Amino acid sequence: MGCCECKESGFDARFPDEEVDLALLEGVLEKYRGNPGSLITVLQKAQDIYGYLPRKVLYHIAREIKVKPAKVFGVATFYAQFRLRPIGKHLIMVCHGTACHVNGAELITSALCDELKINEGETTKDGLFTLQNVACLGCCSLAPVMMIDGEAYGKLTPDKARGIIREILKKETEKEGV
Amino acid sequence: MKVIVGLGSCGIAAGGNKVLQAVNEEVRKRNLDVEVKKAGCIGMCYLEPLVEVVDDEGKSTMYVRVTPDVVKDIFENHVEKGVVVSEYALSDEDRAYIEGQLRIALRNCGKIDPECIDEYIEVGGYKALEKALKEMTPEEVIEEIKISGLRGRGGAGFPTWFKWNATRTAPGTPKYVVCNADEGDPGAFMDRSVLEGDPHSVLEGMAIAAYAIGAEAGYIYVRAEYPLAIKRLEIAISQAREKGFLGKNIMGTNFSFDINIKAGAGAFVCGEETALIASLEGERGMPRLKPPFPAQKGYMGKPTNINNVETFANVPWIIQNGGKAFAAVGTEKSKGTKVFALAGKVKRGGLVEVPMGVPLREVIFKIGGGIKGDRKIKAVQLGGPSGGCIPESLLDTPVDYESIVKTGAIMGSGGMIVMDETTCMVDMARFFLDFTQKESCGKCTHCRIGTKRMLEILERICRGEGKEEDLEVLEELAMNVKEGSLCGLGQTAPNPVLTTLKYFRHEYEAHIKDKKCPAKQCKALITYRIDPAKCKSCGLCARKCPVNTIKGSKGQPYEIIQENCTKCGTCMEVCRFGAVYVE
Repeated sequence: MGCCECKESGFDARFPDEEVDLALLEGVLEKYRGNPGSLITVLQKAQDIYGYLPRKVLYHIAREIKVKPAKVFGVATFYAQFRLRPIGKHLIMVCHGTACHVNGAELITSALCDELKINEGETTKDGLFTLQNVACLGCCSLAPVMMIDGEAYGKLTPDKARGIIREILKKETEKEGV
Repeated sequence: MKVIVGLGSCGIAAGGNKVLQAVNEEVRKRNLDVEVKKAGCIGMCYLEPLVEVVDDEGKSTMYVRVTPDVVKDIFENHVEKGVVVSEYALSDEDRAYIEGQLRIALRNCGKIDPECIDEYIEVGGYKALEKALKEMTPEEVIEEIKISGLRGRGGAGFPTWFKWNATRTAPGTPKYVVCNADEGDPGAFMDRSVLEGDPHSVLEGMAIAAYAIGAEAGYIYVRAEYPLAIKRLEIAISQAREKGFLGKNIMGTNFSFDINIKAGAGAFVCGEETALIASLEGERGMPRLKPPFPAQKGYMGKPTNINNVETFANVPWIIQNGGKAFAAVGTEKSKGTKVFALAGKVKRGGLVEVPMGVPLREVIFKIGGGIKGDRKIKAVQLGGPSGGCIPESLLDTPVDYESIVKTGAIMGSGGMIVMDETTCMVDMARFFLDFTQKESCGKCTHCRIGTKRMLEILERICRGEGKEEDLEVLEELAMNVKEGSLCGLGQTAPNPVLTTLKYFRHEYEAHIKDKKCPAKQCKALITYRIDPAKCKSCGLCARKCPVNTIKGSKGQPYEIIQENCTKCGTCMEVCRFGAVYVE
């Protein structure tokens, strides 16, 4: 949100123009076609289907529920929930709520950045992990907390957090080996 | 015999589902006639996962920090032989946590199965709605709420009856009731627990409000980050429809009302009521000019009443027990109770509901058990990014709207974060400003740019590059942002900075003049060192150091080569001899 993401390259980089199957969205559109008030709901369902909001999908939604593309892009970029780029296989969300901050969330994120060799908000080259800071996961008494693929890991230390990532990585390589 | 497993979000995060699985397994394996039930969060988050065993005489034993192995123990001894496993049972000390509280909004949380409407009905649920519909006129309902003195629990504390009355008397139909469940303050989870633990109380409160103001449709706007709350609300709504508590001609009267859920999409500003309405309409969540107030022109331009989750949860209790009973609790201007999410450096963290007027100190020390590691308390933060830090010297301030505002903080929605001497107050101010700066919707210039400039100054101070005039500029910017912003987000965003400047100015000065962080938190101003007298040269720190900047050899104390040190703190974390220290 805010205004200052514009420094980051142009339209093409922000909204990758990938080929997608628009037919997957038909069931959702059937229910909301021509109903501009349902834009946020449609975007949420589209993200459930594609994992993110591809450019072609945004234009398609604009056409079908009858709002201007500018508004669809405006809403999609306003809310933190919407992703405009594909994410990795495992989504790591590090809680940066107040309780986690006070208990050292910053150290957890920097340990993970170092372990995965990416910055916050990025995806690893092999497409396995996406690292994201989030506002509050609401498990404050377990602070600091991170959530990977919906499962919460609490009372973290930088070392413990690295260990959890290595564990997942190990399972991934084992799978590949089979 | 009954076995109840606590399954709020925090219970699940602590491993509640595995415990439930183990319980079911034991029941099956031992072929027992035991009723296994799920409940929401009772609020003792620090002891999760919790399991309650109620024997046939109705005697209840609470087990804490339960693991699947402990479940086995409990079944072997307690369930089968009737011997309480005292090792894992709730201690007397921890019992003080619950006993120091007075639960009205949380009356059913952790006690009933939130996914079972019959249990809610069993404890008197939907009786208040019946009373309102069959024995009271809408005006009488509003009068009862007026007598109760109930004020908005979302933070601002506006009298609830006034909003209801304004929506009722506003011209235009249809009218709407909206429940604001966009609980965005980082470190606050009161509303989530109510929705997860007792969703029907919110639905009932909304239905009563709808009857009072004359609405037929309601929306609950829930954060998308609360999937479990959404799921339980969906179940609750469909059960309430089935039983005829929602829908057409409720309880045979000519009152009809139904509720739909709208999931938010992650924007803090949508907790502000006009932004919430914009978001409900499918727009960017940007606040609108008031007046007209939502009570006059809200959702779709129609009269709309918006209350917070906790406010609605109080309503059935008030109608059932009378406004006077509610007003008997609390202080002159703040009636009833308030729920807080107690967290941070406190020993016993979780959900706490106390009567208004109780001093902060009592909440933190009597209920919360004091500070972790028995360190010294420095401050308590109330109201999240819109609130402020109250110093130790003012901990006798009673919990009520007016007294807290006098300190420079606000009551807020209920986040209560305790800070000790290892918390840097400049860093805290930076943390909250970073949050509000990112969450500013961008509509008002002062909020959009002012918060950014303030954040830059705070970051500079934390890096040790602060200038003497910075504090004055900060104060000036803070006042401008407060005055130049349309909505509550901008108007309150400078509060964390202003309160820390007021009570902890010396910490700012230490960063700027002495280039020191008294709490030893700001990375740029601290150095990790190894005490040669304590170092046993085991070499663990050197092996764990992610940048390989610790040198040494067997028999020689290890040393950190400072120029490459990233100050990640790993060495301090792994050292078993406490030889690593910060200066």
